[in-house]
Amino acid sequence: MDTELADLLCIGAGLAGERVAIEAASCGFKAICLSIVPPRRSHSSAAQGGMQASLGNCAMGAGDNQDIHFQDTVKGSDWGCDQEVARLFVETAPRAVREMAFWGIPWNRVVPGKSAFFKGGKEYEKVEPKENKGLITARDFGGTAKWRTCYTSDGTGHTLLYTMDNKVVELGVAVHDRMEAISLIHDGETCTGVVARCLKTGRLKAYLARATLIATGGYGKIYKESTNAVINDGGGAIIALDTGVVPFGNPEAIQFHPTGIVPTNILVTEGCRGDGGTLLDVNEKRFMPDYEPEKAELASRDVVSRWMIHHIREGCGVKSPYGDHLWLDIRHLGERHIKTKLREVEEICNNFLGIDPVTQLIPVRPAQHYSMGGVKTNKDGAAYGLKGLFSAGEASCWDMHGFNRLGGNSLAETVVAGKIVGEKIAEFLKGYDVQFKTASVKDVADRVQERLERRISGKDGGESAFEVRNAMQDELMERVSIFRNGKDLEKAVENLQGIYERSKRVGLRSNGIGASPELALALKIQGMLRLAICVAYAALKRTESRGCHAREDYEARNDRDWLNRTLATWKEGEDLPTLNYEPASGVLEIPPGDRGYGVSKIITRDGETTGA
Amino acid sequence: MGRQLKFHIFRYNPEDTNSVPRTDDFYLEETESMTLFIALTRIREEQDPSLQFDFCCRAGICGSCAMVINGRPGLACKTLTRDLPAEITLMPLPVFKLIGDLSVDTGTWFRSMNEKVGSWIHNDEAFDPDAQEERMDNALAEEIYELERCVECGCCVAACGTANMREDFVGAVALNRIARFMLDPRDRRGEKEYFEVIGTDEGVFGCMGLLACEDVCPKELPLQDQLGILRRKMGWSALKRLFRVK
Ligand SMILES: Cc1cc2nc3c(=O)[nH]c(=O)nc-3n(C[C@H](O)[C@H](O)[C@H](O)COP(=O)(O)OP(=O)(O)OC[C@H]3O[C@@H](n4cnc5c(N)ncnc54)[C@H](O)[C@@H]3O)c2cc1C
Repeated sequence: MDTELADLLCIGAGLAGERVAIEAASCGFKAICLSIVPPRRSHSSAAQGGMQASLGNCAMGAGDNQDIHFQDTVKGSDWGCDQEVARLFVETAPRAVREMAFWGIPWNRVVPGKSAFFKGGKEYEKVEPKENKGLITARDFGGTAKWRTCYTSDGTGHTLLYTMDNKVVELGVAVHDRMEAISLIHDGETCTGVVARCLKTGRLKAYLARATLIATGGYGKIYKESTNAVINDGGGAIIALDTGVVPFGNPEAIQFHPTGIVPTNILVTEGCRGDGGTLLDVNEKRFMPDYEPEKAELASRDVVSRWMIHHIREGCGVKSPYGDHLWLDIRHLGERHIKTKLREVEEICNNFLGIDPVTQLIPVRPAQHYSMGGVKTNKDGAAYGLKGLFSAGEASCWDMHGFNRLGGNSLAETVVAGKIVGEKIAEFLKGYDVQFKTASVKDVADRVQERLERRISGKDGGESAFEVRNAMQDELMERVSIFRNGKDLEKAVENLQGIYERSKRVGLRSNGIGASPELALALKIQGMLRLAICVAYAALKRTESRGCHAREDYEARNDRDWLNRTLATWKEGEDLPTLNYEPASGVLEIPPGDRGYGVSKIITRDGETTGA
Repeated sequence: MGRQLKFHIFRYNPEDTNSVPRTDDFYLEETESMTLFIALTRIREEQDPSLQFDFCCRAGICGSCAMVINGRPGLACKTLTRDLPAEITLMPLPVFKLIGDLSVDTGTWFRSMNEKVGSWIHNDEAFDPDAQEERMDNALAEEIYELERCVECGCCVAACGTANMREDFVGAVALNRIARFMLDPRDRRGEKEYFEVIGTDEGVFGCMGLLACEDVCPKELPLQDQLGILRRKMGWSALKRLFRVK
């Protein structure tokens, strides 16, 4: 088998993977990135809204600092985050934004003088300070006390990814695109690379590396309705779970975004609401102020999504052939604003819905959006369980998001964690030597080859990979979604286990020669189901409500019993994951309290019940 | 009931020795707001699981799904079937290497383009982590962003008469990229260095002015304007060189 050597192998060439590779390459190490798609097509490119850093340059951001950013992040996480990591993150974010500016991002800048802005549909005026002319400006995003989200029009993720990949090209870092990691090479203690499958030819290839990084992004596509890209199906999570020793942190922490368009689930940015867009119901009445008088449409995502579903359940949704939805109204922002600041939104409405948001309402409803959970790492990005394995970006559980990530904090995480973890990996590589064992490589390669042949020959059965995947997606959407309860979750685990059995009997209907999209899915469908079961089972066991995890049968946040993080591992041959728990945060700089929005019933660490 | 759509799709799997280039026909009933993304996904999942094509963001942002749709390069994900006749012919993009059916290798081509034009900020200074950012006028930032909106989908290359004839022509996408960096004060390259990259027949002077690139750009980038600006600048630069040689 074709084999390649590197100091660092990054599985993933999105913002996180490339940022780590850049750091290692700058220190003189040989880094290789793998990616399913050409790097600039990674899903980071789809982020429209922006990236948080407390620069405090714009009028509405005046007085902002790292402490306020820290508070917002911890509150946003519903105290589920690791506060030491959150601290590290807010400290580094301003430098990371400036570094990206230095590398070429055309950040929008402060324009001195008066300008109008909208909040909750009303027009206000602000005056930008003269002395800050030309510094990086920011916009408003949900769940933040200050305007802190740096942006380039409606294409922040796009410009970040292009600039990052420019740097990769400049440094000559190799990116092997259309190369999908299928299995980690490890001996139970040390990770030494992967076996990957080429999506141009179908051939297998081994990559041997002293350090391996999982930066494969989110895994939204285990859900039917998701804003994620087609390729976000959990490849990185799957190969980590497959080891049986690397724990997966907080699989149940899944964020829904309030505004996916109906029917395609393409996201329209939070910037719409940040800039003053409102949510309307079937009577074209604004309803968020009734539920959240202070923050209204700008309360955090989990809160807005929940009230939207609640409002639909109250019978106030708009009927459509694709199910009930609500309206997003940005008409009052005006043609000029929409055509410049929200241009991608306008394009999405025109191209995918055939409507004009300047004069018409946009049909929206919540869709799966972000995976807070991921490969559990320490604050240096080193994965638990295997030496030489690291993780960063959305694929990881570093864990600065806890049970709810703030908009703008994940683009920031990719570049901040990328920088920090990259530095730590460079340090690690300096004093580290490892023996590549031919036997382990051969063992992994043989296993992958056998799996592949069984799928192609149909030896195990003739289940369709597509049908099995659809059944899984429907099940999660139906019972492991925004509102959760014990009865449904139990049913979900049971049903998913049935679908898991079916996944073992998948056989191809095509010949599987070449790139074969059917074979690619068939090879990971079992892993996808294990991941889905982790999500459902961890959600069932967490008998409290925290951030995005809303249990109808356990409405209070329970800091006495659940101020912790789920760690799921999957032992070979088992049909359920093993769940362990660790404290959410070693340091509690801000002790658990009221978020100031959302439902505030809390069982305190002393066991008292407070709030509604 | 929706229209009955008939798809003629180019098929060829170079990895399969039994495969020959051909067109296959598929039928689908049209549904509301159907895009080519929805249609092709259904064809693969319901009729032929071996069908190869590329989608990623399926929201017109990542540039993965460019193909030739009834003779015209475009992004499949943002093509609504209702804007097409009931017979739809789909071909892979020319110029790029075929991977299979509608899937082509844009990754290798664009990496090489980015290397050729030096698609990064050329600047010898080191980043100072403690310094405030260099100031920039917002209008300039927006002007740069305007050109940075390119998604490297390859439509302009596929539609280009010159690129189809000469392999070394860098294409409108590369010229647009250079124009982007020329606008950017952070890039310290001078006219001479830009000239070396594109002041040749492989660059600005290779273009035959057929305008197809701008016509098919899904991001509606002002590609011809950029070309005109570059040509004037490069022409000037070329003249200056001539005089210096004398
Ligand atoms: C529509 C949308 C809008 C968003 N908007 C914002 C926003 O405004 N602000 C914000 O902060 N966040 C936003 N987010 C979230 C943010 O964009 C992502 O969390 C972040 O970009 C993820 O970056 P990443 O580098 O971790 O992963 P990605 O960019 O997804 O990259 C993953 C990489 O891994 C590769 N890969 C995956 N599996 C494999 C495998 N098995 N083998 C090899 N390679 C593999 C992929 O090809 C890709 O290169 C948004 C997300 C979505 C979906």
